[in-house]
Amino acid sequence: MLEKDTDLVVIGAGPAGLAAALAAAEAGVGEVILIDRLEEPGGILQQCIHNGFGLRYFGEELTGPEYAWRFIEPLAQYPQIQLKTGTMVIELTADRRVVAINPRDGLVVYRAKAVILAMGCRERPRGAINIPGSRPAGIFTAGTVQRLMNIEGLLPGKTAVILGSGDIGLIMARRLTLEGVKVRAVLELLPYSSGLQRNIVQCLDDYQIPLYLSHTVTRIRGEQRVSAVEVAPVDDRLQPLSDQRFAIDCDTLVLSVGLVPENELSVNAGVQLDPATGGPLVDSNYQTNLPGIFACGNVVHVHDLVDDVTEESRMAGGAAALYIRGQLAKVTMIRVSGGRNVRSVVPQQIAPDRPTTLYVRARFPERNRILRVADNDRTKLPVVAPGETIRYTLTPKELQEYREDLSISIEGGASHA
Amino acid sequence: MPEMTCIVCPVGCRMTVKVTGTAVEVTGNGCRRGLEYARQEAIAPQRVLTAVVAVAGAEQPLPVKTARPIPKEKLFAAMAEVKTLRPQPPIRIGQVLKEDLAGTGVALVAAKNF
Repeated sequence: MLEKDTDLVVIGAGPAGLAAALAAAEAGVGEVILIDRLEEPGGILQQCIHNGFGLRYFGEELTGPEYAWRFIEPLAQYPQIQLKTGTMVIELTADRRVVAINPRDGLVVYRAKAVILAMGCRERPRGAINIPGSRPAGIFTAGTVQRLMNIEGLLPGKTAVILGSGDIGLIMARRLTLEGVKVRAVLELLPYSSGLQRNIVQCLDDYQIPLYLSHTVTRIRGEQRVSAVEVAPVDDRLQPLSDQRFAIDCDTLVLSVGLVPENELSVNAGVQLDPATGGPLVDSNYQTNLPGIFACGNVVHVHDLVDDVTEESRMAGGAAALYIRGQLAKVTMIRVSGGRNVRSVVPQQIAPDRPTTLYVRARFPERNRILRVADNDRTKLPVVAPGETIRYTLTPKELQEYREDLSISIEGGASHA
Repeated sequence: MPEMTCIVCPVGCRMTVKVTGTAVEVTGNGCRRGLEYARQEAIAPQRVLTAVVAVAGAEQPLPVKTARPIPKEKLFAAMAEVKTLRPQPPIRIGQVLKEDLAGTGVALVAAKNF
């Protein structure tokens, strides 16, 4: 088994890992090992062929593969970044030993001065939501359908029902429709969609695909292959009203029922997770509780926008570079917590000496609210939706007012509509 | 007055659009692009089409997009034409694969090197 000293190991070469590795190299890190288990860098962007990426960061509307290319192409200018594709990290320790394996190098242990976690997230499968019924072919997660159609060039079926109105489910409703698959319905357990409003418009409304809010699948029918799903409305407590159930014929059920940050490696290393995000607790530097281990992108919290992933990953890469040189300033962090209608806030600890962008996720939809930081109303929120992250940048001047734990909440605005 | 959700970017501004003859009055847009979108949407809706095409001699398909938005009612005709294409590698990102896709006057371009 080969042991190797290195400066920085970045685990995952999706948008987060690519941006972090580039930022670290730009900041002068001597050697960066950038690892991905797939054969191609870019992560999930490679299968996200739809457009809408990059408006905030590049001021352009790009497809996923185009956005990825903006970060893959510059790798050539940084020979200090060694891209290891087809490589699986099987263990990470608190003292920053990264055990990786691939068919070329065999098993390699990297002893790194810093590590950046950029493993992204994964989809919740059928087992996570316990749908009764048989176990026929034809049940996919939305991301699997996306991979089949956009990377493998395969169609999953002929008639589909989509459970869950997350963004991937909505985008796949359009994609399936354009490829000639009949999408009979999109079902959402909650009384509101968890996807971006623009995706409801351009993926469902454009194609007259019905969205059933407060509905769920109560049974899957079919022996070899899905033949139908039984659907029922749900009451206030999300319990199905089985006397009102009906069947929708379909050969494919697509599940778009949420994403979970992929943190098996982190947990085994002793990285503390935030139960609200499912990702590591991080500070303004995107450093975890373990010194020298940083995290960025969807492994920290599930983002709506890749542009935000890029920004925060560049910050993590820059901070890792400072850490490696022993120049990462030790400041007393202010802890941040979520108050009224706030499910999560990232980062969970902020440095008072620099601007920090907070990513706030709401629990439930509201209109005409105000984002409150401690006792101060900071910004108006005309529309609050759990599917749409609220960004707010705290300035050092504002932060001077706060020395203790900071509560972030969504409160009643001046005008209620 | 009809309400409209802006689809230009993921912010998704909720806008109100009032059409009087040829004049379109928009409120609630967060930026200039939203204003342009609302005007266009009220008169003749357009969308960027993204898809994949089969590549000659390759197992995996190539992601493609229209260089600009095309009329919404042409989306399915454009898809039918996309399916007839069999580009030859090597293909460069941004390379035009078909000028004037489905009579829209808009080109179909590669979204990836292949």
